Amino acid sequence: MKREMLINAALMAGLLVVPLWAWAVDEPFTITLATRVAILALAAVGLNIALGIGGLVSLGHAAFFGIGGYAMGILASHAQTYDPIMQWPLLVEGTKVMPVIWIVAVLAAALAALVIGALSLRTSGVYFIMITLAFGQMLYFFAISWPAYGGEDGLSIYVRNDFPLLNTLDPIQFFAICFALLALALWFSARLAASPFGLALNAARQTPQRVEAVGLSPFRLRLAAFVLSGAITGLAGALFADLNRFVSPVMFSWQTSGEIIVFIILGGVGRLYGPVAGAALFITLEHFLGEVSDYWHIFLGLLLLAVVLFARGGVIGTLAGRKVAHD
Amino acid sequence: MRYRAAPGTGGASTLTTILFIEQVLNGLQFGVMLFVMAAGLTLVFGVMGLINLAHGSLYMVGAFAAAAVAGATGSFVLALGAALAAAAGAGALVELLVIRRLYDREHLDQVLATFALILIFSEGTRWMFGSFPLYLDIPDALSGVVTLPGGIQYSLYRLVIIGIGLGIAGFLFWLISRTRLGIRIRAGESDREMIAALGVDISKLYTLVFALGAALAGLAGALVGAIQSVQVGMGEPVLILAFVVIVIGGIGSIKGAFVGALMVGLTDTLGGLLLPGFFRLFMENAAATSTGSALASMLIYILMAVVLVWRPQGLFGPQT
Repeated sequence: MKREMLINAALMAGLLVVPLWAWAVDEPFTITLATRVAILALAAVGLNIALGIGGLVSLGHAAFFGIGGYAMGILASHAQTYDPIMQWPLLVEGTKVMPVIWIVAVLAAALAALVIGALSLRTSGVYFIMITLAFGQMLYFFAISWPAYGGEDGLSIYVRNDFPLLNTLDPIQFFAICFALLALALWFSARLAASPFGLALNAARQTPQRVEAVGLSPFRLRLAAFVLSGAITGLAGALFADLNRFVSPVMFSWQTSGEIIVFIILGGVGRLYGPVAGAALFITLEHFLGEVSDYWHIFLGLLLLAVVLFARGGVIGTLAGRKVAHD
Repeated sequence: MRYRAAPGTGGASTLTTILFIEQVLNGLQFGVMLFVMAAGLTLVFGVMGLINLAHGSLYMVGAFAAAAVAGATGSFVLALGAALAAAAGAGALVELLVIRRLYDREHLDQVLATFALILIFSEGTRWMFGSFPLYLDIPDALSGVVTLPGGIQYSLYRLVIIGIGLGIAGFLFWLISRTRLGIRIRAGESDREMIAALGVDISKLYTLVFALGAALAGLAGALVGAIQSVQVGMGEPVLILAFVVIVIGGIGSIKGAFVGALMVGLTDTLGGLLLPGFFRLFMENAAATSTGSALASMLIYILMAVVLVWRPQGLFGPQT
């Protein structure tokens, strides 16, 4: 495990050093790429709580990513037109303050995860995969056909939202916010995995009968994990929308759900820092292969196939060389 | 993108019953095509225990093969043959190269490997045919409308699709319950070690079942391709609806897939027709239209949620 800790530290240091170097030589685009890595890794860290510890293969996490995005879009668009969201029974106005937006995004995503989780967790295995995928698609079509917030065209925000004392329009400062949240989420999921809750959840993945026999409910453990997982992915969605200053139904699409899982797998299943490695590899490939060929998805597909069939540990597993403790 | 049956091509009658019957027929047409998709998926899952996300890619392969052959020869029959052959061939090839390594793997691995196949198929098709949609014309003999009893005018081609879909359903029921291959498929569903021990070449059976499912998907793609455009990414929305069908009907059940597909087809088509009108009863016009159409887009998923609460294993799924 020591070697894995070194790799993890190198990963985070790399994610910090590359944008700092880009800042020093004035390459804002590279900083934006690093910010994307941090945000997408955060989304995958969220999914990894359900998938890595709980064994819940959710193919619908785009739902929470999109809800986070739309929470930001709706609040900020009302704030920029000074048009309250609702006036009765109480006055609710839009806001451009990031921490407030984050809280709304997290709560909205958690609520959605509670409803979707409560329905989907009545089943397991393949049913669960298909149902989460279907609920994600439901929100996608809802976002397309609901005209109030842009429908298919999405919603643009003129200026990035504010964070107290920082200038969020400066790429490196916005990166710092995203990186800090990623580090916080990683710390949180490490604590969670080692907590009694995390251990029980892990046990519910391996032998649900025994968990039940000691008086715990696997359903409740999984639902709690699913809600936490959706909430973190929702936070990432709010940041992603802020990075692009744009939200659209694409955030809800099934490809987004697939990509979030792909980050975890490329990095290594069951590895805490797998999402960071996977998101970094994905964005790097997208950037360099995308320049070489318009059809870079073919190479991504072949790489993914090779990882699934032959190198199941992903990047971290290959480098650390040891099987993950619970595999 | 939305896989929804277009409004009927019948006369522009204002009579609501005629519109209603047209939409019921559209719903049936949509439903039987979903059945043809879902049948392959549910067979593959029932026999091999595999979740195949790339089933939508085989639908796309069928549609592109049909459009290319129809463009070159002008024959719709040849185009359908090409769709069947291309999809079955692609299915068999993929089964031999990739899928058979996945039978003993976790569902997560199956999801990822077949997701990778979607990327390869989609980008490969884009590379071969370009990003612009192709068009596949309805053959002259099947274009135009027929007058049904009661004076309803309806597209002949869509009626033929309904007929073909029902024919395939009959064929599959016969295949599964009356033939030697069907016996082996059912035996494979209940005990794969036992039928291997009895001397059935299980890996050949798996390739055959996978290719059969692929051929059905390719045929559906070609038939639907003639009323919509043929483009990259056309398969996945249909695939997800086929999943909804399977969740409603129960995994592994052909009968469940048939009932589920008709329920989804009719709910989607009639929801789009009736819901805006329903909301107009107590809301102003514009708000009713937007609320109604937004809710209609979610209706089949709400149907799925209701079935889940009531019977988590699906209407015809095995009792757990």
